[in-house]
Amino acid sequence: MIYLLCFVLFCIGLYCILVKKNLIKIIIGISIIDYSLYLFLILIGYRMQGRAPIHSPVQRIENMVDPLPQALVLTAIVIGLAVLALLISIAVRLYDKYGTFDITKIRKLKG
Amino acid sequence: MKEPEQGMTLIVKVITRLTVGFILLFGIYIVLHGHLSPGGGFAGGVIVALSFIHLILAYGGKFAFKKLDQIKASFLENIGAIMFLTIALLGIIGGFFFLNFLNKGEPFHLASAGIIPFCNIAICLKVGAGLFLIFIALTLFKIGEKKR
Amino acid sequence: MNHLIPLFVAIPLGSAFLISLIKNKCFADSWANLATFSLLCLSVYSLFLTRANGTMVYKMGGWIPPIGISLVLDALSVLLLITVNLIALFATIYSLSYMERYTSKGKFYTLFLLMLGGMNGVIITGDMFNLFVFLEIASVASYALVAFGVEAEELEASFKYMVLSCVASSFVLLGIALLYSYTSSLNMADISRVLQSREEGKIIPFVSVLFLMGFGLKAAIVPFHAWLPDAHPSAPAPISAMLSGVLIKALGIYAILRIFFSVLGISQSFLTVLMVLGTLSMVVGVFLAIGQWDFKRLLAYHSISQIGYVILGISLGTPLGILGGLFHLFNHSVFKSLLFLNSGAVVYATGTRDLRKMGGLRERMPVTGSTCMIASMSISGIPPFNGFWSKLIIIIACIQAGHLGYAFWAVLASLLTLSSFMKVQRYAFFGKKKESSQSIKEVPLSMRIPMIVLSLICIVGGVLLIPALRNNFLGPATDVLLKGTDYARIVMENLR
Repeated sequence: MIYLLCFVLFCIGLYCILVKKNLIKIIIGISIIDYSLYLFLILIGYRMQGRAPIHSPVQRIENMVDPLPQALVLTAIVIGLAVLALLISIAVRLYDKYGTFDITKIRKLKG
Repeated sequence: MKEPEQGMTLIVKVITRLTVGFILLFGIYIVLHGHLSPGGGFAGGVIVALSFIHLILAYGGKFAFKKLDQIKASFLENIGAIMFLTIALLGIIGGFFFLNFLNKGEPFHLASAGIIPFCNIAICLKVGAGLFLIFIALTLFKIGEKKR
Repeated sequence: MNHLIPLFVAIPLGSAFLISLIKNKCFADSWANLATFSLLCLSVYSLFLTRANGTMVYKMGGWIPPIGISLVLDALSVLLLITVNLIALFATIYSLSYMERYTSKGKFYTLFLLMLGGMNGVIITGDMFNLFVFLEIASVASYALVAFGVEAEELEASFKYMVLSCVASSFVLLGIALLYSYTSSLNMADISRVLQSREEGKIIPFVSVLFLMGFGLKAAIVPFHAWLPDAHPSAPAPISAMLSGVLIKALGIYAILRIFFSVLGISQSFLTVLMVLGTLSMVVGVFLAIGQWDFKRLLAYHSISQIGYVILGISLGTPLGILGGLFHLFNHSVFKSLLFLNSGAVVYATGTRDLRKMGGLRERMPVTGSTCMIASMSISGIPPFNGFWSKLIIIIACIQAGHLGYAFWAVLASLLTLSSFMKVQRYAFFGKKKESSQSIKEVPLSMRIPMIVLSLICIVGGVLLIPALRNNFLGPATDVLLKGTDYARIVMENLR
């Protein structure tokens, strides 16, 4: 049931990208999509009453949550960070050139 | 005439002076302890980068660049990446790319886990310098362009 | 030795950071060329390696898959590796002179090699999430390269490309997450094994659609093509050649083939979908291309159309069709990058991309003119150039499989391609000389060499169909796709 939340978030992000006309809002939409995916990945690995998957001398290895999706999320966050930084820097440059964040006014390219 | 001081007010500066060392130290702790407890190269690198960003925010660019300027940061970033790749390539000597060829040591001691601490240090350099550079690129370079 | 496989990723990544570390232009030039040259040698060597040993699996860090990440080198990967690294070598040679006009050549090489490393990684990886990571490395580098000129149009094209491509990556990641939750594995061979042992669930069609959207966007198949005509022309010419020539194939087509044929298992209904999409791209791309006056934009639309041929050929599912599709993939890389290099030379010499402002360039630039002539004839399918043979095979395969309608559209698209390239030749290279063309000179030597060599490959490309060569290069790659989900068994057997 809680997986539905991720898909709702995903759809909100998609809606944001498709409908909004402000560059920054589009970037926020992309971030929302990314976060919904991180949430989804973490939820896949979750177990009821599970504990953190850290091996330590005092605890026995039992009932851990799946550590692999957590590693995946960390990687995905790094990638998301790189893309986000690049997106924002390009948006800043675009603002320099056009003086606006409105995508309906940024159209030197035809088609 | 004295130049107008860069950065924030005196209170912020004093507090920053007190805390920034601890933040850096905490970052280094997270990195070096990464193979034993939660954390590791990425988380530690972010904290290390944050300590320098903290400096820039409180004291302004000029002061912070004396500690770590953009050329040095870029150098460190590349060193981190090359170090990581070298560790991976050294594994070939032991038999496989990325092989953990060092002595694993005793579990739950600081000197253990073979190449993983070194990987953490490399990642810390890469991530810390990278984040710092992203921050500079997004804030300071923009202002420079406006003046021109 | 087995240890050559990770070098496909290690060499470009290492060189990228080394070039960025040592900020010396001479060093950057020579080292980048050395790196791409050694990669080409490696990929040709790996061709012999796979012929001798069959599929090769490399266990990263000595961990046995599915626990560790594995790298898989089989005939299909080798075909793609040779294509990618061949074009990369010529693009770096070409950028020796061409990139002099831009500032910070070192950064250019860094990004270029990162993109190359990402593509090589996508091709040799045997792990789902690793594929996603390399996909993103290549994509992020390509976003930055599209915006390399930092002019208004380039930034705009890059932003558009980034937004669409980010959405595509999210779809791919969602697909991978769902697949992981269903099979509890990320290794491609293992996923395939688990899926075969289970009944068909509802989740697999959903995942298929997600992957088709994600990789289809990267490959610019028609409903997802909107970013390509903006992004590809905006980049510097060697990068346009890389993007149009190999990036959309390595990230899009190769990933589709590997995932659908080898991992998920292909069904007839899905092949039909691919066939329709391929035909649609073929026809829509060429119709959009005809009206263009911008040289590079016209070429970009033709990329969409030619990708349609590749998809159509492969999705026929017959041995001949797959052979034709893969052969066309190789040929398209060669002649499309040659055309983009030509367009770069024209821009370098005249400073304009508008066909109407050119004219009579053939006398001024004999090498560019004649190589562009060869490439144009090759792309429009005139014998004896390589484009003719692959298109012929695809059309014959269509007729053999009983899809006469698709064959008709393929022939029509080919004719329209011919007409649009007649326009290019007529306006740019023949036609009246313009007043301003007096000062135009031929481009420097390092730009001429790649064009000449690529045009030679265009001329003799047909020999790859001679049985002796075909059985070593294209044949095994076709077999990989025909065997389908036997991939899992082959990989597991070769683990040793």
